[in-house]
Amino acid sequence: MPRFLIDRLLQGVLVLFALYTITFFLAKAMPGEPFTSEKNISAETKANIRKLYGLDKPIWEQYLAYPKNIITEGSFGISTSKGRPVIDIITQSFPNSLILGLCALGFAIGIGVPIGILSAVRKNSWIDWVCMTVAMVGICIPSFTIGPLLQIYVAAHIPGLKVAGWGNLEDILLPSFTLGLVSAAYLARLTRGGILEVLSQDFVRTARAKGVSPIQVILKHTLRGGLLPAVAYLGPAFAALISGSFIVETIFQVPGMGQHFVNAATTRDEFLLLGLSLFFGFLIVVMNLLADLLTGLLDPRVRHTGGTN
Amino acid sequence: MIEKTATIPQGSSLWKDARSRMAKNKFAMGGFGVIVVMFSLCFIFAWFCTNPNLVNLTNKFAPPSKEHWFGTDALGRDLFARILYGGQVSILVGLIATSVSVVIGIVYGAVSGFAGGRTDAIMMRIVDTLLAIPFLVLVIVLQATLSDWSGDATRWIVVNLNWDKEFTGRLTNIVPLFFALGLLGWLTLSRIVRAQVMSIKEREFVEAAVALGYSKWRILFRHIIPNVLGPTVVYSTLTVPGFIMYEAILSFLGLGVESPNSSWGVLIKEGANFLETEVQLLLLPGLFFSLTLFSLNFLGDGLRDALDVKAAKD
Repeated sequence: MPRFLIDRLLQGVLVLFALYTITFFLAKAMPGEPFTSEKNISAETKANIRKLYGLDKPIWEQYLAYPKNIITEGSFGISTSKGRPVIDIITQSFPNSLILGLCALGFAIGIGVPIGILSAVRKNSWIDWVCMTVAMVGICIPSFTIGPLLQIYVAAHIPGLKVAGWGNLEDILLPSFTLGLVSAAYLARLTRGGILEVLSQDFVRTARAKGVSPIQVILKHTLRGGLLPAVAYLGPAFAALISGSFIVETIFQVPGMGQHFVNAATTRDEFLLLGLSLFFGFLIVVMNLLADLLTGLLDPRVRHTGGTN
Repeated sequence: MIEKTATIPQGSSLWKDARSRMAKNKFAMGGFGVIVVMFSLCFIFAWFCTNPNLVNLTNKFAPPSKEHWFGTDALGRDLFARILYGGQVSILVGLIATSVSVVIGIVYGAVSGFAGGRTDAIMMRIVDTLLAIPFLVLVIVLQATLSDWSGDATRWIVVNLNWDKEFTGRLTNIVPLFFALGLLGWLTLSRIVRAQVMSIKEREFVEAAVALGYSKWRILFRHIIPNVLGPTVVYSTLTVPGFIMYEAILSFLGLGVESPNSSWGVLIKEGANFLETEVQLLLLPGLFFSLTLFSLNFLGDGLRDALDVKAAKD
């Protein structure tokens, strides 16, 4: 167990380092400067600003300075477009994104897993066919079509729901539903596959032969093993939620990290871009680790080999 | 394997088996049909349509009519023509980005699988690391950088090569997308190729090539890669809808295709602005988009099952 943990943590550090390196050099390769959009400022002022942000140093020093500042001072630099510390922007917007993401994950699991189980149990029936077609449709209809449609057909007609905005409890409903839908569709397919595989195994046949009721077979004998693919998908699902949040936050005007990230990319805001990518990477590493641990908990076979497959 | 032709016993090839399995899969064949129709509409029928950029401010938001099958948009442009021309860009991005990623994925995966040992371990570790980073995060950063360069490229081409300014602008607007997606989308593919190369390199014909004294590179490129090519290209049909989706996402966020180019993502984005009164501006491009993705997914799934290419999982 500790060995596996250490291995995964080292890999996580490696991932963050690679992400930082790629983002850093791509940001440096952008021809535009963060300050070119501003009005005519003298060369002297420009040089001063560059000095303030540490952009006058050689590129290798800058490359090493950023991680050093994160570790020693907890500083992610200052956003050039907003003029505020990146860490402030993150701490301010992260709670909103977290709530949105968690609710979306709730929707994804709450909708996806039952549908998957249902269609596995009724394999090749019309229920299975309808469920899997709906899941495929869910994957293929983008959130930027579903989101606006929900806005006019649901939010505009139900009192209490706002078309866009953030602040009240009920404002969470539509964005998180939209965000969770794609993951729900994937989870449904994975759950169906997992359950079907377990259902074809000998111990299930034995249980049935012993006269265990069909519901008990599913709940007691099948679910634990059958949900493994879905649990393993939680890491990627979280990455999908982060990507999806870029769009859903734009549609429903949620003041979260996704919006800031897109803005950082369009305004060439180097430090905000770096800080947010690293933060996203960090979240993914943590979620993948959690998903792995959960898989180990559910499946003793994985625990000993230490890792997924 | 059950032989149907009893009189002349014939060996059945991989592709023959695949074809008969494919023909039995109704979803995949249906998907194939829709794709053929969609391609014909976007790449042949579109040439006979009205100019998609023809602005007519006296005819804004016109309802569907004989001249404008789907009506017109906020600037009086024909929506049907815009959807077909937008489809060209969306489909091209999907196909070219896939081609870029297939080339990289095959070479990378083949070298890794063929080399084996420490080289293989390091190369696959790099893939693992990149796979752990959210794809869209990398794509957005790369796309932002590439599209900045493309502005410079446009100026250079117009000045030095005397190309038409509008055409060059259109081209340099979509070319970065091919690379932003293709340069990052090869990771899973390289794993599949690697797994196949590892099994092929143990086969007798490779041994024979080694015995004949051929160089490593010749064996790799002349003997091994041609054998993984077919299944890999088939598998890559599954990545086309993914790339089309990412193009739409980027365009929706304002980082991808820009006017005067259009794509399905751009049309959906524009449509979302006039949602309350003109819902068809969102629905119709969305319908074409989803139908294409739906069909490509079914077709890709069917092809993969027919050829039984196993995805190399973790």
